[in-house]
Amino acid sequence: MREQKTSKQRGRRKAILVTVAVSLMVSMALPLTGYIAHETGLIHTAQAQESDEEAVNPRAEYWRAVRGGTEGYSAVSGQETGVLIQNGGQNWRAVRNGPVSFYGGSLIIAVLLVLAAKHIVRGRDKLESRTGRTITRWSAFERVMHWYVAISFIILAITGLSLIFGRAVLIPIMGKEGFAAWAALAKPVHDYLALPFAAGLTLLMLMWIGKNVPKSYDFQWLKSLGGAIGEGHPPAGFFNAGEKVFYWLIFVGGVAMTLSGVYLLFPNLETVRESMQFWHIVHSSSGLFLIAVALGHIYLGSIGTEGVLEGMVSGEIDEGFARQHHSLWYEEVKGGAAPAAEGEAAQGTSSAATT
Amino acid sequence: MARMKFLCDAERCIECNGCVTACKNEHEVPWGVNRRRVVTLDDGVPGEKSVSVACMHCTDAPCAAVCPVDCFYTTDDGIVLHDKDLCIGCGYCFYACPFGAPQFPQQEAFGVRGKMDKCTFCAGGPEDNSSAAELEKYGRNRVAEGKLPLCAEMCSTKALLAGDGDMVADIYRERITKRGGRPETWGWETAYKGDA
Repeated sequence: MREQKTSKQRGRRKAILVTVAVSLMVSMALPLTGYIAHETGLIHTAQAQESDEEAVNPRAEYWRAVRGGTEGYSAVSGQETGVLIQNGGQNWRAVRNGPVSFYGGSLIIAVLLVLAAKHIVRGRDKLESRTGRTITRWSAFERVMHWYVAISFIILAITGLSLIFGRAVLIPIMGKEGFAAWAALAKPVHDYLALPFAAGLTLLMLMWIGKNVPKSYDFQWLKSLGGAIGEGHPPAGFFNAGEKVFYWLIFVGGVAMTLSGVYLLFPNLETVRESMQFWHIVHSSSGLFLIAVALGHIYLGSIGTEGVLEGMVSGEIDEGFARQHHSLWYEEVKGGAAPAAEGEAAQGTSSAATT
Repeated sequence: MARMKFLCDAERCIECNGCVTACKNEHEVPWGVNRRRVVTLDDGVPGEKSVSVACMHCTDAPCAAVCPVDCFYTTDDGIVLHDKDLCIGCGYCFYACPFGAPQFPQQEAFGVRGKMDKCTFCAGGPEDNSSAAELEKYGRNRVAEGKLPLCAEMCSTKALLAGDGDMVADIYRERITKRGGRPETWGWETAYKGDA
């Protein structure tokens, strides 16, 4: 009897719970039916039709179009005078003053720190043996072109850096008037030197492109970081893999920098602001990138490597240097039979055999 | 201090270009430089609208933010001015400005632009107020004389308003409430007895 009652009570309680749960679910689900029916396309409510036809207030749409840069008519002649608002400028400002300056500046500082750390920890890359005999590495024309491009690049880099970082770095030192005097000189120098530099760079790149085609043995060079890891020197042709990497970085960066620079150089050709903003970002980022690359090149081509700079100065390099850094080219020049083909040269011959 | 603002009422502007002409004449700006211009949208179509636009003297001015030589400054009245002695004519302010305000006397090959010129809110530049040097470089300094920009003063329909932002906003708000020939503030006449 008692058990029956409790089971009865339990049954009732269960029924109450189920009823409450079901009614809760239904009450929550019911309002959704309209949404589901609308979404599945079962019914088209009057509201839905209205929102299809007059999706937005036409006047709001009108000013939205203006905000989007829609051009009108202006009696004032000139470029883009009909545009009331151009939005690109704000983005350009944010990108230039933000990521381009920050990451570009950080990259240059990081490269300088890495080079300084390398020099302090490992010192310069020593010339293993100086034979006193020399090989002609660079023709007079190549040297003249190299130094012409190098000097103009440095001038362009300094003037370019002044425009992007001068306000933050130089104005506190020189004052506004002093910096403005320098910037007023830097800007035209940058603009007039640009094309002669681009011509020189193009010629230099074309002159050396054949010798910079990647070869299978370059991979070996890169894996050992030019002999920094492991024993001995990896094989290398006229340009070792490190130089080839520099070449292609300069090639890609140079194309971007030159094309964007040319675009920015001629405001008289009816260039519009949107493209100028875009090409300015390309120009400043590729410029900063190339400066970082050039710093690496300058270090490794001067104090970083013993015996390398004399080649670009006199055109002649020591045979010992050629054997150490450009073994395959050395073999080629010497016709395979090196006069000092003893122990130390064996490295070169063995690696030559691998190719 | 007042915060100077421009406001162009698109419902009133009739595209007479009086503001443009007044500005050019007042400041003797060179040929090709237009500190102010009128833009007509949907020209010749029902619902066309005209807006007179010049430097809006932005609070966080993009031109000032990107200037490599930091030649811009904001006066106590919120007017954005620049120093032509510092300007190198790089054109960055022109890239950044949403309103197309910065103007250049030249636009030639190799990025030759000359020194930037723009609306000064008739407040001159960093030179001594109303000096010959200021007149030469920046035009008349009407603000120093206690006057408002000539473009707005000469506006035939009073579409273009210039002055303290709060006062400009008050005038505009009053117009909005009465627009359409009768008060659009239903019940206010009865409730507040013209106190609105």
